[in-house]
Amino acid sequence: MKTVYVKEEVCIGCGLCEVYCRLEHSRSKDLIKSFKRESQQPMPLLRVERREPISFAVTCRHCAEPHCVYACITGALQRDRESGIVTVDGEKCIGCWTCILACPFGVIRQEKGKGKIAKCDLCLAKKIPACVDNCPNEALVYAEVQDETLS
Amino acid sequence: MKTYLPPKFLVTRDLAKCIRCEVCVNQCSFDNHYYDADDDEMKSRSENCVGCHRCVTFCPTGALTVRRNPLEYRENYNWRPEFIEDIIKQAESGGILLTGMGNDKGQRIYWDHLVLNASQVTNPSIDPLREPMELTTYLGRKPDRVTLGPDLNLEAELAPQVRLEVPIMFTAISYGAVSLNVHESLARAATEAGTLWNTGEGGLHPKLYKYGRNTIVQVASGRFGVHPDYLDVARVVEIKIGQGAKPGIGGHLPGEKVSAEVSSTRMIPQGTDALSPAPQHDIYSIEDLAQLIYALKEATHYTKPVSVKIAAVHNSAAIASGMVRAGADIIVLDGLRGATGAAPKIIRDNVGIPIELALASVDSRLRHEGIRSRASIVISGGIRNSGDVAKAIALGADAVNIGTAALVALGCRLCQQCHTGKCAWGICTSDLFLTKRVNPDIGARRLVNLLRGWSLELKEMLGGMGINAIESLRGNRLHLRGVGLTDTELDILGVRMAGS
Repeated sequence: MKTVYVKEEVCIGCGLCEVYCRLEHSRSKDLIKSFKRESQQPMPLLRVERREPISFAVTCRHCAEPHCVYACITGALQRDRESGIVTVDGEKCIGCWTCILACPFGVIRQEKGKGKIAKCDLCLAKKIPACVDNCPNEALVYAEVQDETLS
Repeated sequence: MKTYLPPKFLVTRDLAKCIRCEVCVNQCSFDNHYYDADDDEMKSRSENCVGCHRCVTFCPTGALTVRRNPLEYRENYNWRPEFIEDIIKQAESGGILLTGMGNDKGQRIYWDHLVLNASQVTNPSIDPLREPMELTTYLGRKPDRVTLGPDLNLEAELAPQVRLEVPIMFTAISYGAVSLNVHESLARAATEAGTLWNTGEGGLHPKLYKYGRNTIVQVASGRFGVHPDYLDVARVVEIKIGQGAKPGIGGHLPGEKVSAEVSSTRMIPQGTDALSPAPQHDIYSIEDLAQLIYALKEATHYTKPVSVKIAAVHNSAAIASGMVRAGADIIVLDGLRGATGAAPKIIRDNVGIPIELALASVDSRLRHEGIRSRASIVISGGIRNSGDVAKAIALGADAVNIGTAALVALGCRLCQQCHTGKCAWGICTSDLFLTKRVNPDIGARRLVNLLRGWSLELKEMLGGMGINAIESLRGNRLHLRGVGLTDTELDILGVRMAGS
C-alpha cells in the first residue's frame, strides 16, 4: 500500500498541508467558505510540528500493526484489509481516547466539540491525498510503504 | 534613534478572503505579518516589507496585495526619493550602504536597442521543428589554423575543449552566499542540460564532487576551498579577478554565514568573516597573471581550460588582449548589471561599463590583433532572455553566463535583500529554516526548463535568420541592427543602423 511520507529536509513548515486537508474534509470544498462559514469546521487530520529550523508534517502511518485499532474498545477504528487504510467510524467512536494513548506517532487527535477522534483517511477517493498534492515544496510524497514493520 | 525612513511598501489584506491560516506569518522572514489574538485578525507591519512577494505567492486564498507605499514627495528631478532615503539611512547608520543583486539604474541597456534579422524571399528561413538545429558550443583555445594530415586527420594540436549543448552557463555564485541547495540545483541542472555551473569563490562542497564534469571551479583572491582535489574534479578552472557588480572591490562574507559546512568547504574557521581581498595579491601585472594561469595549468596537467574573469571596465579591451596573451583559454567579462550577494550600493550603481559595449570592443580588439581564436569569450551581467543571448552571440560572445535569471527561476524576486541573509525564498541565506525552501529536486527541474525554453527560442531565431548552427551567428554582427543609437555607439558596437 501507499502512504504519506515527509521529507523533513525540505519541509518549510508553511502549513499549507493542514489548510488543504481541512478543505478536502470540508462540506463546501471551498477554501474561504469552509474556513469562514461552516459551523462544524473540519480540523486538519495531520499536523505540522515546528521548532526552527526543523519542521515536518506528522501524518498517520496506517500501520500494518495498528496499535490504535487494537486499542479501540468499540471497534470504531478499523484497518481495511484491501487498501490498508486505517479509518474511524464516527458513529461508533465514544471518545475514550485510548487510541490516542496507543498511537506511537501521536497523530490521532480529539475533534473539538464533538467528543470523537479525527484521523487521516488518506483522502479515500482521491488518487493523491490533498496534503501531498498541495505541498508547495514537494516535501510530502505519496509512496509505497518501505518498512512493513512500521506500517 | 527614531528612523525617518518611510515604509517602501504597503501590504493590504482582503479580510473577506483571509482564512487566518498564518502561512504568511511563517513564510515572511522579515517579520511583517502577525496574528493579533485580541482582535482575532491577521495584521501587517508594512514598514518591514521588502517586496519579495513570498507571502503573496503562498497565500492560499489570494488575500494579500503588496503595493508601493503611495507616499508623494514634492517633484524634484535632482532629489529623487531614492537619494533622499539613502541619505536618511546613512544619517542613521553612519556606514557604507550595502545592497544586493545588480545595478537597477537607468544606464542604457543596449540589448533593447539592438534587433535581429530574419530571412525573407531572397533566402529561405529554416523550420527548427523539421530540420536539425545546432546549439553545440566548444569553449577553449582554438588552433590558429587547421592543418590536415595525409589521411585527413587533424594535425594541429588541440587545446582542451569543453563541449556545451547550449551556449548558456550558470554564473559564479559562491557557497556561503547561497545555500547548498541552490548549488545542488545549479549543479544538477547543468549536468542534465549539458552545460556548466560555477562554484564561485567559496569552494565546492564534497556532496557536489560528483557533478565535477559540469563544474567550473573558481580561484579567487581569498583562495577559499582551493586544494588539489578541487582543481582535479573540475572541468574548467577560473581565476576571478573582478565582478561586474563591484569592480575593484573585494568580498566579505559575514561570520554568521560561515556555518560548520561552509567553514570546512571554504577551509576557514567557523564563524569568522570570509574576506576576499580586492586584488589578487600575487597578480599586479599581466606577467603575474600568466604565472598563475600556468601554475594552474601545471597543477591540472594541461587537461582543462583556464578561464579568467574580469569586470567590464574602461579599458577591458586592452586588458583582455593581455589576458589572452597571458594564456587564458576563456575570458569572462562581467558587465555593469552583474549581480552580487552584497556590494556597496555606490559601487554597484556607478562603477563599470555596460557589457554590450565591453563585449563588442573586446571581440573587435582580439580580432584586430589576430588572437580572437586563442580564447573563448563568455559574458555575463544582465542577460534576461534568449533574445539577449542571441544578440550577445552575434556581437561576438561564445557563450553567456546567467546568474540573476537562474535565481529568478528558483524564486528570486530581486528584492535586493541578499546582504541581509534573510532571503525569504531561501536562496541567499544560510539560515537552516530558510534554505529548505529551495528543494533541489524542484530547483533543478525549474532551471532545466528555463534552459530548454531558451534553447527552443534560440533555435527559432536561428531558423528565422536562415542559419542552422549557433556557430554561424557567432560574431556575425550583420545579423544585428541598431535602433535609436548614436553614431559613436553604433561604431563601438560595430553594428549598422536599422534601415541601412
